[in-house]
Amino acid sequence: MEMKEQIINDIETNSIILYMKGTKEMPMCGFSNSVVQVLDHYGVEYKDVNVLTDPMIRVKLSEHSGWPTIPQLFVDGKLIGGADITMELHNNGELLDVLDITTED
Amino acid sequence: MEANKVKELITAGLTVSHVEVADTTGTGDHFSAVVVSDDFKELSLVEQHQLVYKTLGNHLTNEIHALQLKTFSKSAWEKINLED
Repeated sequence: MEMKEQIINDIETNSIILYMKGTKEMPMCGFSNSVVQVLDHYGVEYKDVNVLTDPMIRVKLSEHSGWPTIPQLFVDGKLIGGADITMELHNNGELLDVLDITTED
Repeated sequence: MEANKVKELITAGLTVSHVEVADTTGTGDHFSAVVVSDDFKELSLVEQHQLVYKTLGNHLTNEIHALQLKTFSKSAWEKINLED
């Protein structure tokens, strides 16, 4: 599979996928790390893709998403945003809806 | 790149009512920006940020390695400033 097809396929088949610098176990950039921290806070399962393993991932991903920077968070095939938007949605509570989490009291 | 140049590019590419750009590391490649524009009205956050990214073109990722963004429509911005 070509890289672009692989990316599109990964985004479509993983309900939550994070393109980041480093891995969720070892983020290599503060912005990637902040998204990992937020996702871990909600305890959701997600796939991480380390863009540092191949520079072409980043090029092809940005072509596909129209988003120039890393990290990029996708939920149900839709670009949610980078670190700033993820943090903003976390702070205003909308990320719960985005991640489709029901809070049980 | 200087923070003022980033501000110029954003101002040239968008109808803005307020822009603040700061060089967060002092190295001319990491910036934070607040952008207020009526062009953002009824757009999602992703779309708002994409509009700002577009004004910076290839500068973003070439000379600019990180841009922390806060975007507001004019009315959202006024509301926030009233609350302060």
